[in-house]
Amino acid sequence: MNENLFASFAAPSMMGLPIVVLIVMFPSILFPTPNRLINNRLISIQQWLIQLTSKQMLAIHNQKGRTWALMLMSLILFIGSTNLLGLLPHSFTPTTQLSMNLGMAIPLWAGTVITGFRYKTKASLAHFLPQGTPLPLIPMLVVIETISLFIQPMALAVRLTANITAGHLLIHLIGGATLALINISATTAFITFIILILLTILEFAVALIQAYVFTLLVSLYLHDNT
Amino acid sequence: MASPVPVKEKKLMEVKLGELPGWILMRDFTPKGIAGAFQRGYYRYYNKYINVKKGGVAGISMVLAAYVLFNYCRSYKELKHERLRKYH
Repeated sequence: MNENLFASFAAPSMMGLPIVVLIVMFPSILFPTPNRLINNRLISIQQWLIQLTSKQMLAIHNQKGRTWALMLMSLILFIGSTNLLGLLPHSFTPTTQLSMNLGMAIPLWAGTVITGFRYKTKASLAHFLPQGTPLPLIPMLVVIETISLFIQPMALAVRLTANITAGHLLIHLIGGATLALINISATTAFITFIILILLTILEFAVALIQAYVFTLLVSLYLHDNT
Repeated sequence: MASPVPVKEKKLMEVKLGELPGWILMRDFTPKGIAGAFQRGYYRYYNKYINVKKGGVAGISMVLAAYVLFNYCRSYKELKHERLRKYH
């Protein structure tokens, strides 16, 4: 039972070939490029959603921060679509792998910090000391702020991994419990099934929310540093 | 072969059954040829089901169903043990 539960999180490889590459590239097929003024329904819906999201997300940034628009929009699109595709039966979700989330979080966070240091050195160093702290507390506070700065990419990556993995695991467990309970007591199985349905609705929401949170935080770090 | 048109240029439906192995061997198996085949297949599907004036949910749900099937085949080895059988 233990091996069963975690087998779905192993990186997929068929006959030794790493097809995880194919699975990571799969969501790109679902977003065709718009060629015309008036496109087909799929592209029109996606264009409308992207316009809505980008207006919301880039409203707080100044001219310099808006150069990151493409990066932020493709980030939220990728994480959202990968999480949603992971809710299909038997599919593999790349965002459950910590390696991939670290690979997304660390470069983006480092980019925002380095941008801040290059263009507004004094202001980004000033972030380490909140205004109005009493004098004796200053050394300790600087240490704490440094730690909290360096924990940002780790938190980004681990938050995404843990949320998606935990959701998938819960669905596996409760689904297995429902199946096992059918023979024992139909009412309990029914109640467990209702729980499963509620959980699936939650997972849909979590998939989208996690994408949003990740992107929002990156944009926040950017805002601090531009 | 008793046909006036050379085998290579015929479409699949017009190739006679006896000529089939020869026809398959004459296809382009270079990387460029395989990429071209994937591209042709993709645009065939896209232009038939998605790039239409009133496309429906069927176009994209067929793709998702194929994705589910692909992942099922990939994990069949582990799923085999969960069948309801007396002897596995």
